[in-house]
Amino acid sequence: MARAVTTRRKIVTTVVAWAVGLLIFFPIYWTILTSFKTEAQAVANPPLFFGFDFTLENYAIVQERSDYMRYLWNSVIIAGGSTILGILIAVPAAWSMAFVPSKRTKDILLWMLSTKMLPAVGVLYPISLLFVQFDLLDTRGGLIVVLMLINLPIIVWMLYTYFREIPGEILEAARMDGAGLRAEILYVLTPMAIPGIASTILLNVILAWNEAFWTLNLTAVNAAPLTAFIASYSSPEGLFYAKLSAASTMAIAPILVMGWFSQKQLVRGLTFGAVK
Amino acid sequence: MATQHSRSAARLMMAPAVILLLGWMLVPLLMTLYFSFKQYLPMRGDSFERGLEWVGFENYVRFIGSSSFWPSVQATLLIVGGVLVITVILGILLAILLDQPIWGQGIVRILVIAPFFVMPTVSALVWKNMMMDPVNGMLSYVWRFFGATPVSWLSDASVESIILIVSWQWLPFATLILLTAIQSLDSEQLEAAEMDGAPVLSRFFYIVLPHLGRAITIVILIQTIFLLSIFAEIFVTTGGSFGTRTLTYLIFQRVVDSQNIGLGSAGGVYAIILANIVAIFLMRIVGKNLDR
Repeated sequence: MARAVTTRRKIVTTVVAWAVGLLIFFPIYWTILTSFKTEAQAVANPPLFFGFDFTLENYAIVQERSDYMRYLWNSVIIAGGSTILGILIAVPAAWSMAFVPSKRTKDILLWMLSTKMLPAVGVLYPISLLFVQFDLLDTRGGLIVVLMLINLPIIVWMLYTYFREIPGEILEAARMDGAGLRAEILYVLTPMAIPGIASTILLNVILAWNEAFWTLNLTAVNAAPLTAFIASYSSPEGLFYAKLSAASTMAIAPILVMGWFSQKQLVRGLTFGAVK
Repeated sequence: MATQHSRSAARLMMAPAVILLLGWMLVPLLMTLYFSFKQYLPMRGDSFERGLEWVGFENYVRFIGSSSFWPSVQATLLIVGGVLVITVILGILLAILLDQPIWGQGIVRILVIAPFFVMPTVSALVWKNMMMDPVNGMLSYVWRFFGATPVSWLSDASVESIILIVSWQWLPFATLILLTAIQSLDSEQLEAAEMDGAPVLSRFFYIVLPHLGRAITIVILIQTIFLLSIFAEIFVTTGGSFGTRTLTYLIFQRVVDSQNIGLGSAGGVYAIILANIVAIFLMRIVGKNLDR
């Protein structure tokens, strides 16, 4: 039952909420705005909110000087590759845990979650050593495997919580009608599971895209994704605000858009189904 | 009803995930443990091939005995604690605010959640340069506008600055989870309390807050696990100087900068134990949820 709310109260809360929202969003807004200014206008005092010469040259310079597209491509390959690999391994596991649960299912799930708690820095040297041994340092393949492994528990958990919501009676009904295991998976389960799998993919791409411990420590030049590319801006040379802004805007734009679509899944995925 | 056949099929389907995670957990963990009992300084010629000297618990004692250990514990506690307090309190307030009927609710939600999707290196650099720079940063303009002297945030108030940056990143997470929890609150209960004349504050403390208890616990536990290992935010802003060297960063420096693998590994074991203490509590809550 909706409570009757006076218009005045609604106006007040609306104003407050918008003010808070804009304040929180401000650093992002300011970065995007600055990326369209010239370097001189980017550091103008007082700051320019409008009335500057709108320019796209920063984007061109960033691409030209540092080959932005290569880092973008690395990010896409690493985030996409680790997600696809993770899904391929997690779907069968989550499926079997959701539909053929055993006494140990719960323990296995919790144990998987516990591997996610391993602090990365604690195993930094062993992993680097293994990377050197297997010639994986600064390769996209190596990063794909590592990011897949750190996110695999989240993928399994998310898929499990989605799969568990598919009613088992439907499977029994299909079996009564003479559907084999193959038909069962292909025609009954898959259509029902697709929304859950899609949300899982979305969240995982975001997590992999933004991962900034292994990507910074295990790459140098060839496989460096956008996280490492942006980190190279930490020692400024001359006027660089507008270029930093352009590079940052390009690095976060795709994920910002994806993130807005995945708000609900975010809660479910990052709390391992404990809050829905 | 699961048959014997489907049981073994299920086991087979689980195998790849289980084996991979088992390897991912055990192999590096055992290596870290092994190195932590060895003297291993590659720069001074120690190498695998020639064999490493067993030094017992010396690395563990030295890691704790070093002059940078306690300051790093303090920095870790300050940063993790500060971020938790800020994100939980502001998260509750924001969740309540966003739960109210307002115009453009969807857009405000998007604005509030956006920082979570910004990659750590970007948010750290944007704050460092665009916001906190003592000459050109937005905050310095604001300070000057009010006639105050701009602050060199990342050197004079470094820990506070890191807390601010990290809180900005994690506030959306706390808000989103608490908002989800608030929305499941039975509004009739609140209405009844309102009709009985319960004032706003006691309605908050006796109805809303208890209802949020579990969600708050989950926010705290999950954030603690992630906050204990924040790295990029420190890496690109202060590089661990000005009192912002956390335990994670100290271990990173031992391993990467001073190339003392034995010492760094002992530190790594401490970090793993610390994370596991937090993890146990989280697992209990999540595990209970599974039994439903």
